[in-house]
Amino acid sequence: MTIHDITTSRRGFLAGAGLVIGVAIAPKFLSAAPTGVPAGGAAELKPMNAFVKIGTDDTVTVLSKHIEFGQGPFTGLATLVAEELDADWSQMRAVHSPTDNKIYANLAFGLQGTGGSSSIANAYEQMRKAGATARAMLIAAAAEEWSVPAAEITVEKGRLKHAGSSRESGFGAFADKAATQTVPQDPKLKDPKDFVLIGTDLPKLDTVGKTNGTAIFTLDITPEGLLTAIVAHPKHFGATVKSFDDSEARKVRGVVDVKQIPQGIAVYADNTFSALKGRDALKVEWDLAKAETRSSAELAAEYVRHFNEPGLEAANTGNVDEAFRQDGLQTVEAEIVFPFLAHAPMEPLDAVFIKATDGSVDIYNGAQFPGFDQQVAAEILKLDEAKVRVNTQLAGGSFGRKAQFGSPYMQEAAMVYAAVGGDRPLKHMWTREDDIQGGFYRPMYAHKMRGAIDAEGRITAWEQVIVGQSIMAKADLDSTSVEGASNLPYRIPNLKVTSHNVTLPIPPLWWRSVGHTHTGFAVETFVDELLARVGRDPVEGRLALLDKESRHAGVLRKAAEMADWGSTPPEGRARGVAVVESFGSFVAQVAEVSVGADGAPRVHKVWCAVDCGVAVNPNIIKAQMEGGIGYGLGAVLFDAITLGKGGRIMQSNFHDYRSIRINEMPDVAVEIIKSVESPTGVGEPGVPPVGPAVANAWRKLTNAPVRQLPIVSLISA
Amino acid sequence: MVTFTLNGKERSFDGDPDTPLLWVIRDFEKLTGTKYGCGVAQCGACTVHLDGMPRRSCITPIATIDGSDVVTIEGISGKEAQAVQTAWTGLDVPQCGYCQSGQIMSAVALLQMVPKPTDDEIDGAMTGNLCRCATYHRIRAAIHNAANSMEG
Repeated sequence: MTIHDITTSRRGFLAGAGLVIGVAIAPKFLSAAPTGVPAGGAAELKPMNAFVKIGTDDTVTVLSKHIEFGQGPFTGLATLVAEELDADWSQMRAVHSPTDNKIYANLAFGLQGTGGSSSIANAYEQMRKAGATARAMLIAAAAEEWSVPAAEITVEKGRLKHAGSSRESGFGAFADKAATQTVPQDPKLKDPKDFVLIGTDLPKLDTVGKTNGTAIFTLDITPEGLLTAIVAHPKHFGATVKSFDDSEARKVRGVVDVKQIPQGIAVYADNTFSALKGRDALKVEWDLAKAETRSSAELAAEYVRHFNEPGLEAANTGNVDEAFRQDGLQTVEAEIVFPFLAHAPMEPLDAVFIKATDGSVDIYNGAQFPGFDQQVAAEILKLDEAKVRVNTQLAGGSFGRKAQFGSPYMQEAAMVYAAVGGDRPLKHMWTREDDIQGGFYRPMYAHKMRGAIDAEGRITAWEQVIVGQSIMAKADLDSTSVEGASNLPYRIPNLKVTSHNVTLPIPPLWWRSVGHTHTGFAVETFVDELLARVGRDPVEGRLALLDKESRHAGVLRKAAEMADWGSTPPEGRARGVAVVESFGSFVAQVAEVSVGADGAPRVHKVWCAVDCGVAVNPNIIKAQMEGGIGYGLGAVLFDAITLGKGGRIMQSNFHDYRSIRINEMPDVAVEIIKSVESPTGVGEPGVPPVGPAVANAWRKLTNAPVRQLPIVSLISA
Repeated sequence: MVTFTLNGKERSFDGDPDTPLLWVIRDFEKLTGTKYGCGVAQCGACTVHLDGMPRRSCITPIATIDGSDVVTIEGISGKEAQAVQTAWTGLDVPQCGYCQSGQIMSAVALLQMVPKPTDDEIDGAMTGNLCRCATYHRIRAAIHNAANSMEG
């Protein structure tokens, strides 16, 4: 299984191809409680299938095959189950499922994993079917017990009823008996018009624990006898340990051991502070022979040299070269350089290892691809995969950071654990500095755009060259480099998009909305410039280039209406607009911007329209749009990871890798387009439009297009 | 030996006096609602109340708090705390949730000092608390809701 296979199958899924939905029966290991973490409630939970357990206390627990890190799958998947089960929302619970690449596969990937804004989309029918199956089994159990025909039993808000005999019961009383019923293979699903829970703002299941400090994240797992390990990493990508002196580190009170691993030097201590202090006391000499020693500026200069070389063809319709040779054309050119970006989730990477008495190991971590983590850890710990249990935990954000093929983070964590023998429970954690300087960034990209406008003011040709690392480590075309550009939504008769893959020792990774982080910006700022050149309104001009009935046009019209686009903005402010489809969801945003006291953009308000098909939980969709806007805006305004002279990573923590703060967060209004299309994701699609919407407003305010990011780098330059 | 009260209970610590309060609370007292996010007072995930004032516990050496009263997310009480937590759940503020203990500790301290804060006062009190999920829009609304709920 390669990354390409997964992405290809994801695309296939989004295109509606060959989806097989099954409800597996409960795997055997569900009965085995993991050790080392607080257990759940006291009630006995009976598995109806791999995804639903009914408690003798009437609770319904959904086993989420997707990790919950704020994007809402606990609530979303539980809603789908509850709908078909006719449960009451108050009885619903959600936990992470165990690790199993088959039973808990993401149906869009073919293995267990969360990403590509696919959770609701791939699980929509599967979880409904899991709920309907459990409902049928409860009814069968009640029919048997009450000696009445199953067809006469109704279910409403978690109550089983038989009107004829005036009998009524909750689910718990039948949990035992239901679990032994034959699993129906093809339970009937509701007609969407009969939905009572899907489409409503149900309260999120994980909110209370995240409001009173009881929610447990990986970092919070503290078994008796825990060792904490922190690794000294190099400040240059590709550097290795030449030599080290741990004599001072070993003198630090609480430090237990120091080991060299391939990633650096690990310090083990009885508590976190001792490990930190021990790491500070290490003297490490790094070998830079194979390290990246070029600066970001030097890299950018090399990237732009590729612009005029033949690239990998991503789109080629009409005849761009000929179109640019026509007489009487205006041509517009733009070059934009995008910096490396760190994901910087609030909880830095971490994992806890606990050995059981039989020699098997429980791993607790924010596992976005738990099957990969399991394979990698088993290999390093020299154990059968069956002897390594990956227990997915709530994660303090990810934004793509924890979705890693080959699990390089788990490689480091497992090596740290293995190096010290593994008898004591161990927590491996990265500090914020490790996180900011740890690579796996949104790659740096350079775009060159060229547009042609004929004498009648029509955009006749569009050429785009994209230079950057291939996230999927491909030698040929990487679709994640060009997505959003190669499938330009605008009707332009001559279109050519090419890309160049650059190889660097800096590990790349997808960052919330992947290719759209840069293609969305480049496309939406450039089309705005072309429209401005011919004096067309940004909204009306875009609509003229889109199919009237398209979902792009639908969200664009809605966002314009919300913002009262035709009206004059308040004094000193300008509005910009952008519309981007990503992961099958369509989002348009209008940003109202002024020049702030510090000379940087001040974003006052963002109006956002989203079309993500059937809205399972409108409140979560709105929250993801709000959060996506904040995440995207922070990056466009403030963020860059830069390599300085000699290749040293220049940023280290939140003081120099800025994040948007509450005083910089705009007011946000979100509207969801009513739709009967199959649901698509919302975790990522809120991000791409905000950058270009702000940049387009900024161009109106300053007459200067944004060709370099972050925008604050233009102000201080 | 440092002695202090933690959520109303007498506690003492005789380890490394440089140990930040954050790691005493988490590693030694096993109260994990208070989070590590940056270690340099840039993110606010470690915010606790120290003698009634919000404090970044990650840069507060334990030796400096002898005799002090420490309250964490697990120990907050009173009408402001109740109003804030109710407002937070009412708007489903948390996403990943990791920063929210710190957000709530800052918000409760704000309302204890300023019962009816303006947007500017909210900015002033909450700017030190990062949320990478950017739940700020709801944090602001929840603080206003909490303030309104305490009236009368």
